[in-house]
Parts: sequence; C-alpha cells; structure tokens
Amino acid sequence: MKVLKTLAVASALTATAMVGAVSADTVDDVKKKGFVQCGVNGGNLTGFSSVNDKGVWEGIDVDVCRAVAAAVFGDASKVKYTPLTAQQRFTALQSGEIDILSRNTTWTLSRDTKLGLNFVGVNFYDGQGFMIKKALGVKSAKELDGATVCVEPGTTTELNLADYFRANKMAFKPVVIENMNEVVAAYLAGRCDVYTTDASGLASQRMTSVPNPDDHIILPEIISKEPLGPVVRHGDDKWMDIARWSMTAMVEAEEKGITSKNVDAMLKSNDPGIKRLLGVTAGLGEALGLDEKWAYNIIKQVGNYGESYEMHIKAKLGLDRGVNDLWTRGGLMYANPAR
Amino acid sequence: MTHKFIEPKAPPISDRSVVGWMRNNLFDSPLNTALTIIIAYVLLQFIPLVLDWALFSATWVADSDACKAGSGACWGLINAKWRFILFGTYTYDEHWRPFVGMLILLGACVGSTIPVFWKPMRLLLLWVVSSVLLGIIMWGGIFGLSYVENTLWGGLPLTLIIAVYGTLFAFPIGILLALGRMSNLPAIKSFCIFFIELIRGVPLISVLFMSSFLLPLFLPDGVNIDKLLRAQVGITLFTAAYLAEVFRGGLQAIPNGQFEAANSLGLTYWQSMRMIILPQALRLVIPPTVNSFISMFKDTSLVVIIGLMDLLGTVKSVIKDPEWRIFYAEGYVFAAAIFFFFCYSMARYSAYLEVELRKGEGH
Repeated sequence: MKVLKTLAVASALTATAMVGAVSADTVDDVKKKGFVQCGVNGGNLTGFSSVNDKGVWEGIDVDVCRAVAAAVFGDASKVKYTPLTAQQRFTALQSGEIDILSRNTTWTLSRDTKLGLNFVGVNFYDGQGFMIKKALGVKSAKELDGATVCVEPGTTTELNLADYFRANKMAFKPVVIENMNEVVAAYLAGRCDVYTTDASGLASQRMTSVPNPDDHIILPEIISKEPLGPVVRHGDDKWMDIARWSMTAMVEAEEKGITSKNVDAMLKSNDPGIKRLLGVTAGLGEALGLDEKWAYNIIKQVGNYGESYEMHIKAKLGLDRGVNDLWTRGGLMYANPAR
Repeated sequence: MTHKFIEPKAPPISDRSVVGWMRNNLFDSPLNTALTIIIAYVLLQFIPLVLDWALFSATWVADSDACKAGSGACWGLINAKWRFILFGTYTYDEHWRPFVGMLILLGACVGSTIPVFWKPMRLLLLWVVSSVLLGIIMWGGIFGLSYVENTLWGGLPLTLIIAVYGTLFAFPIGILLALGRMSNLPAIKSFCIFFIELIRGVPLISVLFMSSFLLPLFLPDGVNIDKLLRAQVGITLFTAAYLAEVFRGGLQAIPNGQFEAANSLGLTYWQSMRMIILPQALRLVIPPTVNSFISMFKDTSLVVIIGLMDLLGTVKSVIKDPEWRIFYAEGYVFAAAIFFFFCYSMARYSAYLEVELRKGEGH
C-alpha cells in the first residue's frame, strides 16, 4: 500500500509539474525575466534562422521573435535564442524551456492537437518540389515514371514522395542520403535523375551549389503543402494573441506601405487604419496588454514582412515572393484587420 | 685446450646510413621489396594530388567566387569564418576573452604535465587559480568586463572546457568507483557496480538526450538546469564509469603480496591505497587511461545534440551557409586538424609519462 501511495504522489507531482509548465502565464513570465526565449533552427538554415559571421542570429524566423520582443519590450534585441534540432523542438516548448518556437515548423492538424501546442500563423508557405537536369527534357513531374530520386530521409519529404508517385500510379527508385551536401553531390554526379526537397531548398541549392544553374530546372508541380509558422503552448491565449498580432502587424504594414524607413513620417498619416496600427489612435495596444507603440516598434526595428523577406529570403536564397506575396498581388499573405 | 688468443674480430657492421637502414628495413626480403615498391608507387600517385589540392591550387582569399573559379581547396572558407568557427556565438567584439581563456586553460594543462607541479597542494592551487581566472574572463561581469552568459559560449574554448573539466573530475570519481567496486562493504560495492553498469549500458548520446528533453519535463516550472552544466555532468559521469573499469584492471594487476605487505605495516586502508597500491596501479594503466581521455575529447562533439555549439558544431553551421556550402570538405579538414593536434598531444604525453615514471623503478 505504502508503495502505491508513494507512486501516486510521485505521478501526481509529475503531472502537476507538466501542467504547470503548460498553463503558466507566459506574458507575465516574459515581462518579469525581461527577454523572449526563442527556439530557432540550430542547423543554420540560411534565410530562416542562421548565425552570421559576427555570431548574430538572423532570418525570417528570427524576425518573428524580434517582432514579439519589440511589441512586448519596445526593443527587438531582447531575445535569447535556443538552437534546436527537429526532434528537440516540441519538447523544448512543452517543458517551458522556450517561450515561442520559430523554427520552420509545418502546421499540421496532428501537431496542433496532439502535442498540446498552438500554431500562431504562417510566415512562409513552402512545398515540396523537384529539380531535374534540363537535358533530360522533362517538363512535368507527371513524366517521372521510373525515375531515380535523390531524397533526404525525413519525416515528411520521403513520405510525400512515395504518396505522390503512388497516387499517380508511377514507379520510382529512391536514393536516400542523410546529408544535404551529399545528396546534392549525388544528384550532380548523376546517381539520380531528380532531386526532391522543399521548394525553398531547391531554389537555394540551384543558386549556390550547382555549377551551371541554367542546366537545371525546378518542375512546376509542388506536391505537398508546407505552411511554416511559429508555435506557442496550448492554453496560453494572451501570449498567443501577442505573437499572432505581432506577425500580422508586419503583413499589415506591408499592405499599408509602411516600412522601417517611412514609419516616422507615417505617424502623421490621415489613414485611420494606419493611425490605429501605429498607436496614434489608442486602443489596440491596450487590447493586447501592450504599449500603444507596439506595432510602431515592430516596424521601426524589424521592418514589414516584405522587408524581412527581401533581406533574408530574396537576398540570401534568391527566392522570389511567389505564394508568399501579398494577396493583393496574387499571393497568400493576408493580414486580418487590426481594428 | 687452446693456448692462443682469439684473434680480435672487426666490430659487427652497424650500418646507420640511410641506404643501410633501407636495406635492413624495406628491402630485406623479396616480399618486403615488392610491398615497398607497391606502396611507394601508390604514395607517389597520391601525394602530389593531395599537395596540389591542399596547397598549390588552393584558394586562400576569403571570397567564395574566387574559390569556385579555382580548382584546389578553398581555405578562403576558413579565412572568412575562422572567428565564428573558433569562438561561436560569443560576443564578437569580445573574442579576445575566450582566446585568453583558452590560453589559461591550456597553460594549466601544460603546467600539470611538469613534474614540478606534481604535489597535491601545488596542483590544487594551480587549478583553483586558473579556474577562477577562466571564470572571470569567460563570464565577466566584474573588473569592467561585460557579462557574457554561457549559452553564448562556443567553438574551441567550449570543447576544451568540457574536455578538460571532464578529465579533471572524472579521474577522482573513477578512482573512487573502482575502489568502491572492489570494496568489501556490500552497499558501496553494489552501488558502484550498479552505477558503472548503468552508465556503460547506455550510449552517451542518449544520456545527453534524456538530460535535455526528459529532465525539463519533470522539473518544476521555472527551474532550468544550465545546459553547459548538464553536458558537463553527463560527460564527466560517463568518462568516470569507463575510467573506473580501467583502474580496476590496474588494481587487479597488483600482486596480493603488496596488499599484505601494506597491511602488515599497519597502514590503514586509505594509507595503503594512497602510498602503495594506487601509485603502482595507476602507472600500469596509463595507456588505457589516456585512451579514455582521448575518446572523451572526441565525444564532446556530441553536445551539439543539446544545442551547444562546440568546435564541430560551429564548423557544421558554417558549411551550411549557401555561399560556402560546396566547400564542406575544407571545413571538416580544418576541424579534424584541430582535433588531431589535441589528441596526438595527449598520446605523446602519455608515452613520455610512461618512460618518465619507469625511471624511478630502478631495474
């Protein structure tokens, strides 16, 4: 009996500890400690999160954390980064080691529900594609029957590949290689006909690792949806609101034509929407429990979404806006109204 | 019986010339001659290629376009990124601090290898002083140095800190575990056996993994054990368990007569261990002990698992930069050269130590 009792007490304690970590009020916590603890990609994923030569974190995923810090503290530099692997990321969030996870994470139903997490939004729409040598004359992924495909082993990339070929009743031979550099080397050496990974990865590989980029094309078919976005814990709605609207403010700013350079001039704008966003007309900041200058600080210090994209994705990876353009220009980026 | 003196003979031919050495060692039988020729041929084919790649055709300027135009190795990668590779995310303008820290640490290590310091009090003093200096220079926060928290430490200093302090703490723990395992006290004996077998039964990578993913789930909210400390403790205990078995081998090689002699002199357990048994046992196991340290030094690169950027971590990070990623081989060669330098130094020191300690044996 005594043993059972001890066990029960121990497990109850464990459970409370776990629930405690999950239901803590992150906003107060963050304000008290004075910085946002942000989980990022530790594998140096240029464009999303990577360390530059001076040891400073940068990328569009990093900008999400900087935006949240700017909104909460009025200072985008009040972020501490925790580099995480793919396996580590969710535990780090669940255990409270980090406040927000911004690590090119695909928003899926099972992750949103089973893991006790909430996705805040999407800051980059990615999808799996194919790269092939132009000389082979293939124009569409539908013509890939019997192809040898170079692929990195991973949770979804391999699976999507198999699904796509099965759905189209085609056969393929996978060449599975763990290391990104070696996969590309194998593709270039002709060990496989096609190389598949996320479209952003294909574009950057084509630009930087392939000797003659013009000899290779990326096929038009995108065979999977990979909406990437930041994640917070379940049941922490105040914190989630702040994160969501910090991201939205960046897109909203782009829609309204507010940039880090003209934001001071925009303070004098007559547009009621801009006045509300920049806190000239009070109300939004109070609703979020933040300073009225929250969005102004984000735009001033981090920039709008377009600026962030240009600086990190376009400049470093050579990737055009595509689906990540504003909805007004045919993309998917749509800011819910900040009012 | 002969009454004549034996005629003096010429001394045996000791041909120490290069040709003589080659005749004796490389061409002394048809098989050896054939092997020598084959190996020489292969080397002659291979060495010019390596030299050409690594030196003559190599590109040294920090410009990836120049590298892509060249045909040899791209040392421009190292030229452009060496500060990040060596010091990681440590505050850029303060990189002199981890550099000085590294010198202090290496100085303490070299100091400990000099027989002058082989007195317990001197060693203790040396390490306490240098550890305090290291802490001041790395963390800062006093004497006008800005505070740099240890989550930002990285690169070579981090590798060295984990390896050196792992060695330092694992050694005594390993001795205690070995003595415990051979003890007559059942509680201590079974605890030591349990500990050693448990640690040896799981891979280091899973210990690090558990300490960084499972531990936080069971800790109360807000309690967060420092990552560096977790890694340090994990690696220390791991090495200690392996060393314990090495030391036990040494203890078992000591003849029973030595134990009995110690007892008959009326020495206590600790006196006999300290003055008679351990000095002999430890001397016997110098090669496997250093072996353990070398393997631990290389295992430190596993801390990348828990998000610490050691030397290999910074190299891996650098070669993912799109601008440089096709030159990943150069990055790994650079890391390998640094690891080789330290591991080979340890191996040479162990060889010196064996000779040095044998001098006192008098036979």
